[in-house]
Amino acid sequence: MTFEKFLFYFFAAMVIFAGLMLITRRNPVYSALFLVLAFFNAAGLWMLMEAEFLAITLVLVYVGAVMVLFLFVVMMLDINVAEMKPGCFITYLPVGILIALTMVVEMVMVVGPNHFGLDIYASPVPHAPGYSNTGELGSMLYTIYMYPFEIAAVILLVAIVAAIGLTLRRRPDTKSQNPSKQVLVKRDDRLRVVKMPSESKMELK
Amino acid sequence: MEAITNFLVSFPTEFPVLWILVRIVVIVLPLMLAVAYFTYAERKIIGYMQVRLGPNRVGPKGWLQPIADAVKLMFKEIIIPSGANKFLFVLAPMLALGPALAAWAVLPFDDGMVLTDINAGLLYILALTSVAVYGVIIAGWVSNSKYAFLGAIRSAAQIVSYEIAMGFALVGVLVAAGSLNLSDIVRAQEGGLLHWFWLPLLPLFVIYFISGVAETNRAPFDVAEGESEIVAGFHVEYSGMTFAVFFLAEYANMILISALTALMFLGGWLSPFQGSFMESWFTWVPGIIWFFLKILIFGFLFLWFRATFPRYRYDQIMRLGWKVFIPITIVWILVVAVAVVYKFPIWFD
Repeated sequence: MTFEKFLFYFFAAMVIFAGLMLITRRNPVYSALFLVLAFFNAAGLWMLMEAEFLAITLVLVYVGAVMVLFLFVVMMLDINVAEMKPGCFITYLPVGILIALTMVVEMVMVVGPNHFGLDIYASPVPHAPGYSNTGELGSMLYTIYMYPFEIAAVILLVAIVAAIGLTLRRRPDTKSQNPSKQVLVKRDDRLRVVKMPSESKMELK
Repeated sequence: MEAITNFLVSFPTEFPVLWILVRIVVIVLPLMLAVAYFTYAERKIIGYMQVRLGPNRVGPKGWLQPIADAVKLMFKEIIIPSGANKFLFVLAPMLALGPALAAWAVLPFDDGMVLTDINAGLLYILALTSVAVYGVIIAGWVSNSKYAFLGAIRSAAQIVSYEIAMGFALVGVLVAAGSLNLSDIVRAQEGGLLHWFWLPLLPLFVIYFISGVAETNRAPFDVAEGESEIVAGFHVEYSGMTFAVFFLAEYANMILISALTALMFLGGWLSPFQGSFMESWFTWVPGIIWFFLKILIFGFLFLWFRATFPRYRYDQIMRLGWKVFIPITIVWILVVAVAVVYKFPIWFD
């Protein structure tokens, strides 16, 4: 077994382990942390495929931003772990198995050997040391896939606007400060210097 | 004698893994020493700024103070709160320190003097600095303490906000240099003081450094610690060596941000007199010395900020990050892109 192969099996095993722990932990904070572990190992797998841009972006975006916000919310939930008995696990088990089976069948149909066999996709040859996946990705995205890329960006923008539009509400009763007004405040608006004669002499009795 | 030189010459090719380990040690050990004496410099400099003397009892002029502190922290008891997950409690400080050290792998100290010269260096740095927040979040949550938790929540929101501005500032650098490789970014700034990126990217330079201060939870953005409000924030339950590792992480991160700002905006190892009549006077100065001097400038700024500014209020931090920094960076990325496309002299021709 070569070192690369060992790394592959290590990362793959860690992803599966983290995924299993993610769905079996009762405390959602641990689940979120195991998801982070799964992301890290998936990034390792992508790195093995010489897709360093995707690997680093996975860590940057999902681990560094998305999961931080997730943890932010999950940590603030006041969950009584003892109340979450394993009983509900059994109740939802049939539905879960049904959904899982459907997904497995679908995935086998799509990524099975009919579409991704070695005779259709030859096993990739490692690139020369100077190869830059980041540059390749950029030149593809901004030429051949220009329209899909731009359309995806516009859809995301619409999503942002919609999310803000859904949650934005005017609240006239809050006492928020207006920084531009605060900056314009002069000393004379706030401060009054009172001149008065100092005491002339203190008399001791 | 000949056997020894032969061994030394063949060592890098014979034992590549050991050779990498040796180089890692050569980077990390001086870094740890620098962190120790950075704490000393901070206490001394802030002391002088506040008309005090700072530490002056241990060793001549207090030079042994950091050593004494380290020894003290090492022998103190580590108290783990009841009900806390022991594994996560100990893991959190390591998660804070790890990225701060790992980022040094791609930092070039001089032309060609770098541990790993990878193409996606800038992305790697960005990813690692964003991972560093986990130490704080996990520490705050696992401590089972309200103060620690408040600190963690504040820190999470703050770092996520400033990371966007920081990332956009780096996009500007990337556009200007045309590369993600940190050595190439420095080489793109050749030509002396006025050719460095601090001038064409001035808004991004300022925003990057201020975001860096916010990202390291330093004053005036130290709401995550907030001694006067939430005691010590996320590390209130930590003691002994676990606390010391958080401390190390904070200072290592400060040095890292200083080094990155020096690399991306002040021309890294390049001499400031390049191209001027003084160039020949300073050719004997190795590039690494210029790099260290530039790091020192920003390191000093960190301390100066702490001695000067009062802590930002939480809503002001958010306003500054989202409503001031992000719009400015977006506008300036456009400006830089136009300047690069039209080969604007003297930087992009």
